[in-house]
Amino acid sequence: MPREDSSSLAALLSAPSELTDPGSSKTAIVLMTRIRLARNVVGHSFPGWAKSAQREQILTTCRDAVARLPQMKRCFNFAVSDLGELERQILVERHLISRELSGSKGGAGVLISRDQAFSLMVNEEDHLRIQVLRAGLNLKRAWTAINDLDSALEEHLDFAFSPTLGYLTACPTNLGTAMRASAMMQLPALVISNQMEKVVRAVNQLGMVVRGLFGEGSDASGSIFQISNQTTLGEAEEVILKRLGSVLQSIVEHELNARAKLLEADAGKLHDKIGRAYGILQNSHLLTSGEAMNLLSLLRLGIDLGLFPDDQRSLIDRLLIEAQPGHLQHAHRGECDAALRDALRATRLRAEFASFPRPEVRPANPGAAA
Amino acid sequence: MANPLKCDLCSKPATVHLTQIVNNKVHTVDLCEACAEAKGVTDPGGFSLADLLLKASLTPDAAPPAPGTRCPRCGYTPVEFKKHGRLGCPACYEAFVTLVEPMLDNMHSGVTHTGKVPARSLERKSLYDRLTKLELDLTEAIKSERYEDAARTRDEINQVKQAFHPDAP
Repeated sequence: MPREDSSSLAALLSAPSELTDPGSSKTAIVLMTRIRLARNVVGHSFPGWAKSAQREQILTTCRDAVARLPQMKRCFNFAVSDLGELERQILVERHLISRELSGSKGGAGVLISRDQAFSLMVNEEDHLRIQVLRAGLNLKRAWTAINDLDSALEEHLDFAFSPTLGYLTACPTNLGTAMRASAMMQLPALVISNQMEKVVRAVNQLGMVVRGLFGEGSDASGSIFQISNQTTLGEAEEVILKRLGSVLQSIVEHELNARAKLLEADAGKLHDKIGRAYGILQNSHLLTSGEAMNLLSLLRLGIDLGLFPDDQRSLIDRLLIEAQPGHLQHAHRGECDAALRDALRATRLRAEFASFPRPEVRPANPGAAA
Repeated sequence: MANPLKCDLCSKPATVHLTQIVNNKVHTVDLCEACAEAKGVTDPGGFSLADLLLKASLTPDAAPPAPGTRCPRCGYTPVEFKKHGRLGCPACYEAFVTLVEPMLDNMHSGVTHTGKVPARSLERKSLYDRLTKLELDLTEAIKSERYEDAARTRDEINQVKQAFHPDAP
């Protein structure tokens, strides 16, 4: 299966990807949709309990099966142990592997489709964690894609399954559909107007969870949050997705309302925030990762509000990924300390924003871009 | 829970009682004062009942498996399950059914799977089980010199094998 460049991270970084390609749909508020399925091969211990030879065997079995899928033609194929610290970090920053997989022991691997829409982690918490990732809000399209891939994989692998408990997973919290669907949302107006706490509580009551950008325990820099389903057993995939879809829609409406209110109360204040962000991105010489995320997030809000042209959204989305520490250091060709990273980040962003159009305040309709 | 006045986390007397409705189902957690404080229950902003429900359900007081019980396939024990919150292999779900089942109600919106079924996998498994049984029948028939039965069983085996690999000659 492996082609020459199939295990080269440089090839992956230079290939057009779902999240960084201007061609894929970039929308206001929802940055991307993700669905992941956990699957285990019958008759084998789960990765956390398996001996290292068993983990290696699962890796080989899963790789062979994945290689036969048309969706994974010419896929990238990495063994975690072959990747350096920086390379693992880059895959985490691109949402292609989890932090858990990046720190895992032998026998762990990941297979990533050419367009980086599919990634299949092997020997994370479960034998297989299949993920599909789509720009914008599109749960239906994401489900169709991952359901097809899963069914194709099932032709070659016997999945552990019980008629009553569904797909059997290492942790009972994933039993049943073993599906976690999520959307990454940018909610700056809800954050500015101190409404996120209320939203989190309401979302929890509807059986959904709110997390930071990189999942459990991560912070929400750039006002970016992940909203996903909490439970996996007792409801069919379509039912869970429908409920999640309506929760997401209602969060979008709340964010739009919060934006309208902020503009109504003091449009100048909001425009000032965005204008200052623009100024800092064009002129600063030191930028921490958190600050850069917040500034980029404000510019994205500016695009939604019509202050900047719509076609600049994909640049912001790409920079939200490429201004992360792993990507910066990789571009610099080696690990460097936080101070140097902040300088590199500022230099990169100054260059990117040198020709970025100036903010133009027009009588705006805050809901128009959604 | 058998004793509603016991803390779900440490079994001390519970003085804090929480109720949350998830998916139209009422979930309750009873805690002692110390655990309630440790889990941030007193801070309404930073408290997630869902996370607590998950952890609380890992210490069920309903009929635990006898000490020394091990999963016959992978050797995993209930002690390890309590420590890590993960199981050892798919067969553990059967071995520790009395441990896992009571926690599902609190953890999920239902206790029975209603979603996707791996139809191809299951079909292969049922063919495999049938083949195994037929091969045993064949051995048995030959041993007891029931040659007509043996011939019939052999034909059935060939049919099942065809179903496994329909393209084979």
